[in-house]
Amino acid sequence: MIRKLFDIIANNAVPAVFIIISAFAIPLSGYSGTYLVQELITRIGRNSFLILSLLIPIMAGMGLNFGMVLGAMAGQIGLLLIYDWGVVGIPGMVLACLIGTPIAVLLGMFCGAVLNRAKGREMVTSYILGFFINGVYQMVVLYLMGWVIPITNPTLLLSRGYGVRNAVSLLGIRGVLDNLLPTVIAGTEGAKQFLSVQGNGAFFVMHLPFLGGAIRIPLATLIVIGLFCVFIVWFRKTKLGQDMRAIGQSQSVADSAGIAVNRTRIIAIVISTVLACYGQIIYLQNMGTLNTYNSHDQTGMFSIAALLIGGASVSHASIANVFVGVVLFHLMFIVAPVAGKNLVGDAQIGEYFRVFVSYGIIALALVLHAWRRNREREASRRSLRGNKGGE
Amino acid sequence: MDSPLLQLDHVGKEFYGNRVLKDISFSIGPGEIIGLVGENGAGKSTLLNILFGMPVISSTGGYEGNILLDGKHVQFSSPNQALAAGIGMVHQEFSLIPGFTATENILLNRENLNGSIMNYIFSERVSTLDREAMHSRASAALHTLGVGISPDMVVSEMPVGYKQFIEIAREIDRKNTRLLFLDEPTAVLAESEAEILLTALKRLARSGIAIVFISHRLSEVKTLCSRVLVLRDGRLITDVPAESLTTREIASLMVGRESERREAPQEIPDEPVETENADETLTLKKGGKKKKPKPALKVEHLWVDMPGETVRDVSFEVKKGEIFGIGGLAGHGKLGIPNGIMGLYPAGGKVRLFGKTLTLNKPRAALGRKMAFVSEDRRGVGLLLDEPIDWNITFTAMQTQGRFLFGIPYIFQLRNEYAMSKEAQKFIDSLAIKCTGPHQKAGELSGGNQQKVCLAKAFTLRPNILLICEPTRGIDIGAKSLVLNTLKNYNRENGTTIIITSSELEELRSVCDRVAIVDEGRIAGILPASSPAEDFGMLMMGQTHSEEGEQSA
Amino acid sequence: MITRFIDKAGWPRIIIALFLLALFIAAPFVGVRVDTSLSNTLVRFGMNGVMVLAMIPMVQAGCGLNFGLPLGIIAGLLGATLSIEFNAEIMTRLVELAGQYKITWLTQEFVDNWRAAIGFGSAIVIAVPIAAVLGWFYGKLLNRVKGDEMMIATYVGFSSVSFMCIAWLLMPYKHPAMVWGYAGHGLRTTISVEGYWLHVLNDSLAVNINEHLKIPTGMLIFFAVMAVLVWVFMRTKTGTAMTAAGSNPEFARASGVNVDHMRTISVMLSTVLGAIGILVYQQSFGFIQLYMGPFYMALPAVASILLGGASVNKAGILNVIVGTFLFQGILTMTPSVINSYLQTDMSEVIRLIVSNGMILYALTRKVRG
Repeated sequence: MIRKLFDIIANNAVPAVFIIISAFAIPLSGYSGTYLVQELITRIGRNSFLILSLLIPIMAGMGLNFGMVLGAMAGQIGLLLIYDWGVVGIPGMVLACLIGTPIAVLLGMFCGAVLNRAKGREMVTSYILGFFINGVYQMVVLYLMGWVIPITNPTLLLSRGYGVRNAVSLLGIRGVLDNLLPTVIAGTEGAKQFLSVQGNGAFFVMHLPFLGGAIRIPLATLIVIGLFCVFIVWFRKTKLGQDMRAIGQSQSVADSAGIAVNRTRIIAIVISTVLACYGQIIYLQNMGTLNTYNSHDQTGMFSIAALLIGGASVSHASIANVFVGVVLFHLMFIVAPVAGKNLVGDAQIGEYFRVFVSYGIIALALVLHAWRRNREREASRRSLRGNKGGE
Repeated sequence: MDSPLLQLDHVGKEFYGNRVLKDISFSIGPGEIIGLVGENGAGKSTLLNILFGMPVISSTGGYEGNILLDGKHVQFSSPNQALAAGIGMVHQEFSLIPGFTATENILLNRENLNGSIMNYIFSERVSTLDREAMHSRASAALHTLGVGISPDMVVSEMPVGYKQFIEIAREIDRKNTRLLFLDEPTAVLAESEAEILLTALKRLARSGIAIVFISHRLSEVKTLCSRVLVLRDGRLITDVPAESLTTREIASLMVGRESERREAPQEIPDEPVETENADETLTLKKGGKKKKPKPALKVEHLWVDMPGETVRDVSFEVKKGEIFGIGGLAGHGKLGIPNGIMGLYPAGGKVRLFGKTLTLNKPRAALGRKMAFVSEDRRGVGLLLDEPIDWNITFTAMQTQGRFLFGIPYIFQLRNEYAMSKEAQKFIDSLAIKCTGPHQKAGELSGGNQQKVCLAKAFTLRPNILLICEPTRGIDIGAKSLVLNTLKNYNRENGTTIIITSSELEELRSVCDRVAIVDEGRIAGILPASSPAEDFGMLMMGQTHSEEGEQSA
Repeated sequence: MITRFIDKAGWPRIIIALFLLALFIAAPFVGVRVDTSLSNTLVRFGMNGVMVLAMIPMVQAGCGLNFGLPLGIIAGLLGATLSIEFNAEIMTRLVELAGQYKITWLTQEFVDNWRAAIGFGSAIVIAVPIAAVLGWFYGKLLNRVKGDEMMIATYVGFSSVSFMCIAWLLMPYKHPAMVWGYAGHGLRTTISVEGYWLHVLNDSLAVNINEHLKIPTGMLIFFAVMAVLVWVFMRTKTGTAMTAAGSNPEFARASGVNVDHMRTISVMLSTVLGAIGILVYQQSFGFIQLYMGPFYMALPAVASILLGGASVNKAGILNVIVGTFLFQGILTMTPSVINSYLQTDMSEVIRLIVSNGMILYALTRKVRG
């Protein structure tokens, strides 16, 4: 009874704490509701796809895929090449995806093979693997591009003639997906204001009379994300999804039932890596600039932190966790610096606070997971005893 | 029953020159239920491994003889081939996915799929599951068994008995399953559940599926099976209709009739040679009512929570200077007793050592009372595989008795590598441990030599009581007799009380003074080692002996 | 003979060692002085050695690689900053105490002459108990998450570093050399130890072979002393029990050893060594790096000991010495030699690939069982 109550609290403690933090921090930040909603919608469009890519390895019992940065790097290589070739707009994005896919598949297969050799410590291995591949990525981008890999566009290259510049502006594809179906939700006043600024009749405006300002909706991106959710729901129902769930719970039973365990695990990682590649491309088309050597760095950490804040654990995650997580995490991200500044007069504190929270939440989730797993092992051991005799 | 479904023709198997199966021939017709009984190590599991095409067989040189299925010669090289040929098997351990429903487990990796074009592009694995069809298939399988388990119930929430049915239902669902092996299916079941299972099996047999029922519960074998096959020492001893034998006869067939009468080991005098506490003996004598001295070890109502070897309620006494044996079938708790006494698994009850109560659940307490333990799990518990032999031999003595150290106790003590090597060398010589020297890693030794290291570790502790589990498991015959002789000599020379736990009854009977048989977590009886083998056999098979055994020594 | 050596040393080490050797051979041809390089390598060896040493206890006790080294580093940073904050007071209190207890040699003059050493010593004295306490909690935590130690250690390290970022801003430090000048509070990102204990170990007993080759004897001796202490500790009764607990916890338990207790001690020891390690590092480096400074400090240390031939569950002093030398050698030589040759700085990329490749290799090695 008490254990059950404890479990309910433990399962929802993280999102609850975040709601409480936000409840205090939002008024402190002084941001308007419209602003926050606008920011959140932008960030949902920007980040959800990346976070969703984490779900499948969790289903297959491989934990949080810290190796998703591999996919992010594959996507960035795609983006660099289309920039060089001058392909812009939606075709540019599609081409970047097409280039990124085979790279992501190869990296995913490599990652899966490595993880199969490190069963039981997949997370730490995929985490280090991220660093390792980062080294290889830097080698490719910093030395081989413009030397072995032909790069014609001089604006992409460092002055020395090879190696890609640190900051690459992605004007060609900036916002192309977000603005493919331009949509605004606005109150009457807001709509007028918005249109007068934009001066563009192409926007599809939805009137919500009670709304103060105007909120732009990246409709096409949200549709893509929605399709992805449908894909995951469908995937769970397939034979492959069923096999992954089985492997996630017991590799040995799945193996004795004739399921190809190692192969299926590799497939899970490959799917995740490829999706992370697309996710990174969507993310960067929203951001509009690519920090060649840093953009992917934080991708894994922020995505994982957001998923965990949404109430997911190392062994269980749902689509709902993704969206709850992205909202709560980014709410904190937006308000923390300003709230910190208004509270103690130092914006830096808020910055550090959100970094601390991101890492802390991952640490906490990992600890809770290991703790619970060890306790369950203990409990299942105890249940073997049956009714003991004697007194 | 014109042609037999499965026929074995002079099947045999040797592991590294060690013969485990010889000349096994029998046949099973469709719809027949036969009982296969035998002691641990009689060769049952090897026979199953052969029939099931386990890789362990082919990797150790295959087997002799022929196996005919429907009159055709077959040789399986993997379990999947056996499955495809219609041989199903329910193992002793459950092979279920806890978070899945009954349906999902029954149809694991054999799910009904909705076809789609995607199949042609990728593979079948991208088709969605046809939940409805799966549900009805699972219901049908469960219905065949005649049990009312909901197909939507999650396995982790099921009672143990249900899980067993799910396992069987999985085998039934295979369309082609014609022959079903059940390894100890009732071991985990309550009596009422076992009855339902037996009824279900009979029903199944009527539908034409042949069943091989392996069990230690002889009464179940008698009620269920039409024929009984007794396996002993790798040979098929009997193949007769079940009704022609009594359970007692089956039991004696399993353990073997007394061929050579062993001379009874000399009786240990009731009078103690010396006790830890002479005063106590005196007062006892003065009291005059009881002549019995304080035993070396007195166990009362012990329970031990050791996975797979649960001890429920065990009481016994071991006299000083005695070699006491604990026997019984695997999984019935004999191993739990010494492990529990040594504090390695949660335990309760009362254990007295030379009259004084022993603190349970604390290995340190047991070691502090000069008890030494040789674990049955040599590689898991008994040894530091990555460390040298001298570490293995002296570590426990170093930690619990402060030996093999120099420096100031409690403040600063370094290990005395010289003394450690010397001690190790002593045992390498006296036990003839084959190694390159005291600094070789224990993991590099053969099983027999590893066991000698374990014994040396225990001897180094200079114990008052030595508890040894499975002293000869997994070691070759030469090493076996050496280990047993070492134990005998040690007992004779030092008067050390020794408690040996072993699955091999013959071994216990040859070394011990008295042997206790454990059955389902309780002592079924204690007999002098010279008692007829079938008496032990009856105890093992759950035919609880009257309490006479307790007193007969 | 050769195959046995290769077998024992392991391919990765041999490749890296040959690579390093090739770099040393190539150095003169691209105008890099071998003696300068050697000197740099020695200095970096001494700087990092103790932090690599900090890996041993935890690996031996079965807690895996200490990715949570930043926790120890934080203790070291607290020791360093507190020692500077109270530098003057420490000196005066010391003389006062000497007067009180009639310690004649401890005079004002002595204190003035040994200012740097006393400051450094007091940093250690402050840091060690802090590290021990942090290590105790950290050890208790790791005991509850057996099987996942390394991942959790990583994130314990990360979250403690980011937590300390807030703390550095808020703690009431006053010393003008350490706080932001314009705000008057909050510690700076980097604090110079010049005037306190800069090169206190490097320069003591230093031998100048020529103007390019200087042997930082004091620092090497300090490392040697720490290494001997660890070596001796691992040979005590407790150290032996710790090794057994890591080698086979079930065996240790059956031998009456409290495995969790051993693990906690090992974590405390690792944390304390990490604290001392960062102080040694700083006295040579010249700066105390706060905020995100300690963030990735665990990775080079982990990579070094693995490069030295340690595995996830076995490590010794020799692994530390070989590994630190090889790793730091590569780090010193690649920028100078490869840069002169290719005219670009590939050292960062090589560092990333070598160190993480080494860790990956160790993680994917088949463990016995």
